[in-house]
Amino acid sequence: MTISEAVRAEMRQLAALYPQPRSALLPMLHLVQSEEGDVTTDGINACAEVLGITSAEVTAVSTFYTMYKRQKVGQHHIGVCINTLCGLLGGDAVYAALAERLGTTHDSPSEDSKFWLERIECQAACTHAPVMTVDWEFMDDVTPASAVDVIDRLARGEVVQSTRGPAIRDFAATERTLAFPNDGLADDGVSVDEKMLAGLRIAKERRMSAPPVPASAVAGTTEG
Amino acid sequence: MTLTPVITEHWDSPDLYTLEGYRRFGGYGALASALKQDPDSIISVVKDSGLRGRGGAGFPTGMKWGFVPQNDFKPHYLVVNADESEPGACKDIPIMMANPHALVEGVIIASYAIRASHAFIYIRGEVPNALRKVANAVEQARAAGFVGNNILGTDFSLDIVVHAGAGAYICGEETALLDSLEGYRGQPRLKPPFPAVAGLYASPTVINNVETIANIPYIIERGAAWLRQFGTEKSPGFKVFAVSGHVNRPGIFEAPLGITMRELLDYAGGMRDGRKLKFWIPGGSSVPMLVEEHLDLPLTYEDMAGAGTMLGTGTPMVFDETVSVVKAVTRWLEFYKHESCGKCTPCREGTYWITGMLERFEHGHGQEADVEKIAHVCTQIAGRSFCALGDAAATPYPAALKYFRDEFLAATHTSADEQFDPVASYLFAGATR
Repeated sequence: MTISEAVRAEMRQLAALYPQPRSALLPMLHLVQSEEGDVTTDGINACAEVLGITSAEVTAVSTFYTMYKRQKVGQHHIGVCINTLCGLLGGDAVYAALAERLGTTHDSPSEDSKFWLERIECQAACTHAPVMTVDWEFMDDVTPASAVDVIDRLARGEVVQSTRGPAIRDFAATERTLAFPNDGLADDGVSVDEKMLAGLRIAKERRMSAPPVPASAVAGTTEG
Repeated sequence: MTLTPVITEHWDSPDLYTLEGYRRFGGYGALASALKQDPDSIISVVKDSGLRGRGGAGFPTGMKWGFVPQNDFKPHYLVVNADESEPGACKDIPIMMANPHALVEGVIIASYAIRASHAFIYIRGEVPNALRKVANAVEQARAAGFVGNNILGTDFSLDIVVHAGAGAYICGEETALLDSLEGYRGQPRLKPPFPAVAGLYASPTVINNVETIANIPYIIERGAAWLRQFGTEKSPGFKVFAVSGHVNRPGIFEAPLGITMRELLDYAGGMRDGRKLKFWIPGGSSVPMLVEEHLDLPLTYEDMAGAGTMLGTGTPMVFDETVSVVKAVTRWLEFYKHESCGKCTPCREGTYWITGMLERFEHGHGQEADVEKIAHVCTQIAGRSFCALGDAAATPYPAALKYFRDEFLAATHTSADEQFDPVASYLFAGATR
């Protein structure tokens, strides 16, 4: 699909955020995926035109980063962490269950093209292993059964809440957030859970705290 | 040793991520006090505090800031490395989701100190919820007059851009991150010149980790002497430890540097189901593994180095006796092979060949001669690669071989899954293969 003038205007808006416009290329490619469902030739050409670089230069960048796809992702991107910790603690079984449910394999669309399944690397949520992502929002502490249930609910069009984040939208919406991060959803859902509070709970229970500010340091900070 | 919540102190307050919630606990007070001081005195306080970088390398933060040349008439930049992707590391993303204003306030103070008028927070693209929380915090700070022109009536102005990556572990390497932020493939640059002299857009640039910057408001508010009450002479301060793996209560535990793994394990509820510890890794897969005998070592930069490993990101992964070390190491090498940027030959080719040999072991077809050959290839990668990713890739295997040679030898005839039933390692009950 040709990239509309409105989207090109948003690309220019992104480019204007940086001292050098080319810095906006990664967010611009996220915007392309949001509009197109993947990184299309039209999207590459639009980025190149807006930035005044060649489409070969844009392609070279887009093929380097794993989040950019060259095939339609579909409605939902499903990730399962299979790096050592998540994988060995159950992520391997979660991935196998989802591959069977979706009738697909790594980095490929489901039979009905609605879902995309990917074996992802460490998602920085090891305390919540095994970790799954839906449109890159956290689905923590999953089991094969709970992961398949998430897919079933999404397939039925039900509202699915991220365990640490907002209600799931779709892949296109997340890709737009990656271009324009202030998406108005900061207040949706919880972002701090009991695992993130594990130490704080113990500290409060046992009345542990950081040492107080020494008297000499207090005097020091009031100067100047 | 007691727990010492500082960055995490108010995480149980549900609106801490908002400006109002953060200010209720004195938030942005450090900024007001910092802007009344000379930028150089801010750098001095951070130097005196002895704060070391929390991204893994542990470089002294104040010294890094001091390397930025002054009166050079070039723009200066602050770049926050929020590309947390190290296998096992899971503390920066929680900090950004729970307490984003501590990061933003730290960014403003650090920018003032190094005389930057443009700061960038480079967050990995795979975590939109961290991205939106930080972007929301920046906008709230802007509306309150903490970001923008003439902050708090001073002549200091700052713009902050929250930037999403797109999936590349290598962008956690600071010069690769700069290339990525400039809109190129994220591949590392030759050093020198170091970023402090020629970084973003060839201008002086400081690149700091999220947790490092989130420390800054607390240090400015409470003083260098206060921070030095925690930790050791060489490792002052506190640390957001994240304990994951086969423990009963995985999670975030903020404690002074110098706490031991045995103490952290205790806070984390001990090993699950009373099983035995097999190995643990203090700070990401890029640092060598340790075993039971190392549980009483203080978790400091110097003590971890003394044990032949590194503190790294300070996010211990714990594995119990059900885990095949052959499988664990193979999976890590598959990761490094996938993430090698391809720029230099030792890393690109080395990770490819090691992974191929290791996969044969995992499947029970390892060749005995390869036990030493892999170790040899590791010596050809470490110290010969363009950046630290190569060194990291050469790390898991030699450490595993040191403690578990028999397991690799057994994998010449018996697969990892036959040696260790994978289901036994799963966290959920009743699982089937």
